[in-house]
Amino acid sequence: MNQTITPKTIRSVIAASSVGTMIEWYDFYIFGMLAKTISTQFFPEGNATAALLSTLAIFAAGFIVRPFGALVFGRLGDLIGRKYTFLLTLVLMGGSTFLIGLVPGYKTIGIAAPLLVLLLRLIQGLALGGEYGGAATYVAEHSPANKRGYYTSWIQTTATLGLFVALGIIMLVKLNMPDEQFNAEWGGWRYPFWISILLVAVSVYIRLKMAESPLFSKLKAEGKTSINPLKESFRHKGNFKMVLLALFGAVMGQGVIWYTGQFYAQNFLETKCNIEFEQSRTIMLWAIAFATPFFLLFGWLSDKIGRKWIMMLGMLLGILTYRPIFQTFLEDTEVVSGLNEKHPQPGIVKIHTDNKNDSIITTTTPHYSISRIHFYTQKTDTIYADRSMRAGHSQEKIINKKLGQSLYWKFVGLVFLLILYVTMVYGPIAAFLVEMFPTRIRYTSMSLPYHIGNGVFGGLVPFIGLLLTTSYPADPLVGLWYPIGVAALCLVIGVIYLRNKIDKDVTD
Amino acid sequence: MNSIKKYLGIVWLLLAPIVIFFLVAGAVANIDAAGKKDINNPIIWIIIISIFTPIAIGLMIFGWYALKGEYDHLPESSEEL
Repeated sequence: MNQTITPKTIRSVIAASSVGTMIEWYDFYIFGMLAKTISTQFFPEGNATAALLSTLAIFAAGFIVRPFGALVFGRLGDLIGRKYTFLLTLVLMGGSTFLIGLVPGYKTIGIAAPLLVLLLRLIQGLALGGEYGGAATYVAEHSPANKRGYYTSWIQTTATLGLFVALGIIMLVKLNMPDEQFNAEWGGWRYPFWISILLVAVSVYIRLKMAESPLFSKLKAEGKTSINPLKESFRHKGNFKMVLLALFGAVMGQGVIWYTGQFYAQNFLETKCNIEFEQSRTIMLWAIAFATPFFLLFGWLSDKIGRKWIMMLGMLLGILTYRPIFQTFLEDTEVVSGLNEKHPQPGIVKIHTDNKNDSIITTTTPHYSISRIHFYTQKTDTIYADRSMRAGHSQEKIINKKLGQSLYWKFVGLVFLLILYVTMVYGPIAAFLVEMFPTRIRYTSMSLPYHIGNGVFGGLVPFIGLLLTTSYPADPLVGLWYPIGVAALCLVIGVIYLRNKIDKDVTD
Repeated sequence: MNSIKKYLGIVWLLLAPIVIFFLVAGAVANIDAAGKKDINNPIIWIIIISIFTPIAIGLMIFGWYALKGEYDHLPESSEEL
């Protein structure tokens, strides 16, 4: 069957699948990246219902709806086919993203605004849950055995490229307008949502022209498709034990390595190291740009030496080097000593009155440290209008650190290493999962462990990190023990229970 | 290697209830109506515990299968599944 697939066809298959999946990741990420502005517009502070809806929008979409989407669309993909299912997920994702950009703010339509945004966010989670399994299966079922890892690794680049495009577009919009204009009710933060509809339209057009997976078409023609994919996947012991092995021996570790290398790192640079917005984003952009080809390299390599050891090595490197790398981030951005006090520069003073008529005086003073970091100290003094209250309140913090050139590129290198581990665990995993399950229930069987590993184990990195930091505040890196622990557990299970054999025949 | 797979099955079996215990203990210790952090929010804990409990049960089943020797030989083709 594979002999009839020409290089041109496989290129179209990869392009159609990858572009669509990348757009889905882009759609999913922009909501998270713009969470602060979205929360101001739709989930105002002080409103308990809005706060509850906000929590559901952030947590339920990733943790509950994504695995649920994997079940719903996985089942559909095994019943009616891969092509129409992942076309549907793309339309749902693109449509809901575009509509989020059209929902008026809380000020205009009240509680209907957060309700609509929650509903659309849940549809996004559902669609994402169904997309990946379809795209990976579709490409794998077109690929010859000796290139399955390489061809499916194109799908693996999409999550990181989606992050790259989301970071880039948001940065581009934000840098081209003042903050007030960006954060206004109908301001620039909506542009990335609107742009999505153009990307999705192009991708839907390309996907519509594609044919169904040849392996699925053959099954269908022979009347051998599954009648109940959920039952066959999870209630049949022979298959269910492989689902569990995929989850605990590979995908769970991949999820935490993936999340720590991309999202935890970015958040750490911004909130713990206080690196200014533009630099922290461009560090990520450079690192992603340099690391992305390695998805393809490790996918290709997995066709030569097997999938298992590449993924295990990525986890091992993460376990061994996470703490030293993040410790370096902290130490290199430490500015307690070394202020250039001989040439003090004047601070910029801004005074404004808040809604209680208190005067807030903000003094922002530039500094230059011996470790070649520009930064600002921001002192906020509050003079209370109500004289019966305290005479005033003052606090000072370091903001907007800007790294010197050599330090900047050192940070790009370190983040590159973190993403390199992501490429090792993530590059070969689509082929690995496809080869574990039979064609008739492949979409269902591989989608659920993937989204539990990636969405639940990976998505919990910031929450468990916060939990650990609160419980053990003396260690600023204590949050890393969660990804290190999960990756270590997965490494042990993977090394002992998984096999390194490449399944040459996925037609069965 | 098959003996190691089986003995480790006991570890996976025991690990699952320990994880659930720590999650519930974490929820009890950190849920706080006056707190503003995510870890003080009961809804988040309910979501996490309700999604993690079936996963932990899955780990127990994985341990049970390992103990029973289900992973001593992995299937070579779909017919063996």
